[in-house]
Amino acid sequence: MTDSLQASAGASVDPAYDLGEDRPWEDPAPSRGLLEVFRRRYLLKLLVRREISARYSGSFLGLIWSYINPLSQFFIYFAIIGVIFQLHDSIPNFPIHIFSAIIIVHFFTETFNAGTRSIVRNKAIVKKMAVPAEMFPVASMLVSLYHVFPQLVILLVAVLFMGWTPTLSGVLAVAIALTIIMTLGTAMALFFSAANVLFRDFASFVNILTNFVRFGVPMIYSYTMVGDRFGRFADYYVLNPIADAVMLMQHAFWIGTLTEAELNFDDKGQAVDRLPDHLFTLGFTMIGVSLLILVLAQYVFSKLEKQIPERI
Amino acid sequence: MAESIRVENVTKEFTLRYHRTFKQVTVALARGRQISDTFPAVDDVSFTVSQGESIGLMGLNGSGKSTLLKMINGVMRPDHGTVRTRGRIAGLIATGAGFHPQLSGKENIMLNAAILGMSENEIARKYDDIVDFAEIPTKFLQTEVGHYSSGQSARLGFAVAIHVDSEIFLADEVLAVGDKPFKKKCLERMEQVRDSGRTLFYVSHAGGSVKRMCNRVLILEQGRLIFDGDVKEGIKVLKYDDERPEDEEHFDSDEELGADI
Ligand SMILES: Nc1ncnc2c1ncn2[C@@H]1O[C@H](COP(=O)(O)OP(=O)(O)OP(=O)(O)O)[C@@H](O)[C@H]1O
Ligand SMILES: [Mg+2]
Repeated sequence: MTDSLQASAGASVDPAYDLGEDRPWEDPAPSRGLLEVFRRRYLLKLLVRREISARYSGSFLGLIWSYINPLSQFFIYFAIIGVIFQLHDSIPNFPIHIFSAIIIVHFFTETFNAGTRSIVRNKAIVKKMAVPAEMFPVASMLVSLYHVFPQLVILLVAVLFMGWTPTLSGVLAVAIALTIIMTLGTAMALFFSAANVLFRDFASFVNILTNFVRFGVPMIYSYTMVGDRFGRFADYYVLNPIADAVMLMQHAFWIGTLTEAELNFDDKGQAVDRLPDHLFTLGFTMIGVSLLILVLAQYVFSKLEKQIPERI
Repeated sequence: MAESIRVENVTKEFTLRYHRTFKQVTVALARGRQISDTFPAVDDVSFTVSQGESIGLMGLNGSGKSTLLKMINGVMRPDHGTVRTRGRIAGLIATGAGFHPQLSGKENIMLNAAILGMSENEIARKYDDIVDFAEIPTKFLQTEVGHYSSGQSARLGFAVAIHVDSEIFLADEVLAVGDKPFKKKCLERMEQVRDSGRTLFYVSHAGGSVKRMCNRVLILEQGRLIFDGDVKEGIKVLKYDDERPEDEEHFDSDEELGADI
């Protein structure tokens, strides 16, 4: 024991480290918001890595659950909506239509749900250590993003089989779609993670909210149907950033699998617009809107932040 | 001597909520009962600390010591007044580090070190030293910290904090749960920290160890700073001295270390 004591005794004070006489005065609890998160990338990396392993800690199948989850959703919707309600007929290549939407919806709901709980889940750390609390919702978003890629691979394999070829506009569409969800998801996670510290009710509320997301996007129905049934309402429908992200994904993967005839005419031979015009303009606008929401969320977060360590 | 910590008119108020649920709150409101109460846990405290000083922070349970340290290391923000520090801060607050119970000892060491501001290289370089210091068997390092004994997690927390190159070291009741050999080791290590010119903030209820470690004492009473000055006088103010007069002479004896919590 004395040996190890001696051995480690010398190392505590690093001789190379000079105690600065000229260090600047600092606020020990600065509020630099999200900027601080990007300054401390190594800490973020550790948090993301451990969250990936911790999200399913104690479970045997572990990571596989994050594929079982969307895949089971896929089969439920495919079976119920497609087979029972017969949507297969009116939406060509219905499975691709659903799955490109599920990837986006799942990314958003995972970010929103896990992000909302993230600060409370790390309360042992938040109570005792000076760490920018924004770290946790951002980490949740990145973990969810990490799970998007294998799903994209599944989708890619499927569409390649159907004779799809990659296009530049498709790549751009995916990038815009992911950017919208990353920004919007972070904004929602940021706001609700702080609110959830004050009242745990918010986590349950968010859970309900995310249930609605599935039905607000063209996943189990097509954009064409929105126009058919609701006419001018379709103009408002495209103001939902998540719906636009979904349609950008469908632009990238689903449209490319359709034949010339399917693209332009529905099963009754009528001319259709499968997706809204100006999809890219909409996409870029929604990135702007999401950024605005993010700034707003950061503002509210900064107001609530002070109460987090004492109320948690 | 350069200044290291500046605390100016700092007040921290806590709100005690007597009723949590909607039902309880409505019932209490209907009966005209109070649903919450605000009190200052730290009340208009001001002081400055020079680089290299070692401060003993004392006071009864609930007097606001941990709250004050939390504002110095940036976990909490004061409601009024300002706290300014120079250089890196490391340490332990209220027995034990911020460990995530579901993560392994190893993951927690890395995370904690990163939060305290160590770089990836620094952690890689010091990891073995930290593990050696904590003396936790390797097989436990791979298991959840939630299953550690309180002494084991305190060891790990102290080991990480003491290996951070920091200008300021905060030690809040670090020795409360450690066993005797570990307490001895910690005290020795904190003396090194003090002698190396770093600022030390030491919270303890043991007059003996404060006398050994510190050259200045601050005393809090219900959040107010009632004493700032010489160690011996401070301990007299607290009346900790007449209860255990043996503190001074036999500090190094086994008994004293055993009682030093
Ligand atoms: N998050 C909180 N919300 C409400 N009250 C709190 C909170 N944290 C601490 N308090 C109260 O503030 C007061 C000061 O607590 P603090 O932990 O600073 O005491 P202390 O001096 O460290 O005591 P001890 O010697 O027991 O460690 C106590 O009355 C405590 O109940
Ligand atoms: Mg305390």
